[in-house]
Amino acid sequence: MKKSLIGSGLVAAMLLAGCATPPPAATSTPAASGAQSNFLACMVSDEGGFDDKSFNETSYKGLKDAEKQLGIKVDELQSKTVADYAGNVQKMVERKCNIIVTVGFALGDATAASAKANPDVDYAIVDYSYKEPEKNVKGLTFNTAEPSFLAGYLAASLSKTGVVGTYGGANYPTVTIFMDGYAQGVAHYNKQKGASVKVVGWDRASKTGSFIPGNQFSDVAGGKQLATNLVAQGADVILPVAGPASEGGLQVAAESQGKVSSLWVDSDGFLSMPKYAAVIPSSVGKGMDAAVLEAIKESKEKTFTNKAYVGTLANGGAYLAPFHDWDSKVSAETKSEIEQMKKDIEAGTLKVEA
Amino acid sequence: MAEAATSQVWRERGRTAAITAGSIVLALLAGAVLMVVSDPDVITQYAYLFTAPALPLGATWAKVSNAYGALLLGAIGSPNALAETAWQAAPLICAGLGVGLGFRAGLFNIGAQGQAIWGSIAAAYLGFTLHLPPVIHVIVAVIGGLIAGAIWGGIVGFLKARTGAHEVIVTIMLNYVALQALSWLLSTPAFLRPGRVDPIAPVIAETAAFPILFRQLNVGFFVALAAAGAVWWLLDRSTLGFAIRAVGANPAAAGTAGMNVPNVTIITMALSGLLCGLAGVQYALGPGADLVATPLSIGLVGTVGFDAITVALLGRSKPLGTVFAGLLFGGLHAGGLAMQSIAQTPLTLSTVLQALIVLFVAAPALVGALLPKVKAPATTSLVGGEA
Repeated sequence: MKKSLIGSGLVAAMLLAGCATPPPAATSTPAASGAQSNFLACMVSDEGGFDDKSFNETSYKGLKDAEKQLGIKVDELQSKTVADYAGNVQKMVERKCNIIVTVGFALGDATAASAKANPDVDYAIVDYSYKEPEKNVKGLTFNTAEPSFLAGYLAASLSKTGVVGTYGGANYPTVTIFMDGYAQGVAHYNKQKGASVKVVGWDRASKTGSFIPGNQFSDVAGGKQLATNLVAQGADVILPVAGPASEGGLQVAAESQGKVSSLWVDSDGFLSMPKYAAVIPSSVGKGMDAAVLEAIKESKEKTFTNKAYVGTLANGGAYLAPFHDWDSKVSAETKSEIEQMKKDIEAGTLKVEA
Repeated sequence: MAEAATSQVWRERGRTAAITAGSIVLALLAGAVLMVVSDPDVITQYAYLFTAPALPLGATWAKVSNAYGALLLGAIGSPNALAETAWQAAPLICAGLGVGLGFRAGLFNIGAQGQAIWGSIAAAYLGFTLHLPPVIHVIVAVIGGLIAGAIWGGIVGFLKARTGAHEVIVTIMLNYVALQALSWLLSTPAFLRPGRVDPIAPVIAETAAFPILFRQLNVGFFVALAAAGAVWWLLDRSTLGFAIRAVGANPAAAGTAGMNVPNVTIITMALSGLLCGLAGVQYALGPGADLVATPLSIGLVGTVGFDAITVALLGRSKPLGTVFAGLLFGGLHAGGLAMQSIAQTPLTLSTVLQALIVLFVAAPALVGALLPKVKAPATTSLVGGEA
């Protein structure tokens, strides 16, 4: 009885939905617009997958940008476990990719081994570089300590409580580099202004700080807990460096009724997290998409080298995002100081230790 | 009388097999629906279902046959594919045997993940620190991994037997402890690869790796099969196995019959942990697609501990069933990677298929209702435990 009811419901729905007139049969398959290149750029994710709202996703955007801007073909493979990495890179070789971009330090071994075995294929790896790279491997790394330094200075200038905080997804070098720069920026502010703004959540000397236990980068609630702890310690500006779990920091800021603000990392949070735009003074950008696009372009134009790419303030691969809605809340003095520090860092007169 | 009883047993077994096969078919059908619904190019064609049925049906057929064709090709379509399936299956079989053994004693070992992590830590550590002759080195590394897994499982058995702590809670918590321990170890000089700051261990010595037989097929797969044989012997032929099954069926009765229930609990959990540790050993010592064993890092064992629960459930906690279930899921994973590469189908689909298969197996009445001529068996116990 029930079955037949469900069945007739389905049939009715299909009758209603399925009566459109098809468009005139396409005369030909949609032709590729413009001069389509046969160049094939491929990407292998780490276990986070391309929907990780973090470095896999940003790198993937670089691949998609390359598809549009360079008129090339692209292909991608996601990895489910660490044990998949080597196999996925091998599958890309078998698909005759011209360049294979791998994402994350964990693919370092598999990428190097594949590059050695296939000297005719170009390789690029995001967030990692080799001491002695094969001729056909390019490391893509980012000195995010530089823009984080500026973010730390900004945070110190914005803080009313005299305490700023940070937390990370895990104690990895690619995470703590942000926290290192941030702490140095705060210290620089103290030196310049004779202030004593404190950093909680990261101690440069002992390399310890607040990190999310368990599911690390995907645990938004864990991030929120850490941000709440930082606020309890008096922090009113937070720098979360935890991929998707950074949202926890934004949530705490959004619920604080203007008392707390939270910076964002990797992309411009004003654009990527519009829901929280009001509480994001600025973001520390990491231009992984631009670096991937550049590496693919070099490979296509046969100008590819194994010289590692390092994103910096100077080449725009690492940047401090615009203040957007916070433009009026940042003093003109701070703005000009940040501009000056940016110039000094680019010129090398102001040193930021990565 | 005896004949009637035997035929009754065989009818039940036939029904169980039919339910399993029916579950796989239903899962594939549900997977096909998901593929169609999630592909805008195909689903939009369904607007023309009655005016031009060839369009949606053709698009659906192309999509589904392409994807499942790639799945089949990647799982069993070539000698290489078979080797990859065996390689993927080996750790699943080991951990599935471990979880299944626990089920037979009425113990829900949700801690296969932590036990596998410790197995991989010990095996990898012995693999990259020691310098031993070829055969001896791999044996030492395997034994190290087994002991580590057995200790991690044994702790749970001890706590359950002596203090009454529930094994589900303890194993889940110990999973976290194991993961964090690995995370911490990888930051210490003993485990961190020289010259590296990211959490990755050195590559193990070649002498410690499972010898390669053909491409990804290595000795590890036969170690897994041997483990299945050993578990069969233990459960069906040994006194201890009888005690395990008796405790699983009715601990009170087993105690009254003179069996030492606390000791059986401890031993079962240790053995379960040992088998799960062997799964970790497979990841640490088994050469991958680049013919080198993957170095120890945070995600080395993947989600084997949780996949193992589904393998054990599908295998009905029987050694032979677990081997087949492990091969099926190993094939789904190997095929899933190929499906992703050849047919541009997301990798998550193979995970969904696994979940759907187990979901249908767990609901035999549903399968019986959906498929004609398939009857649900009278007893629907998934986890075994019968004496």
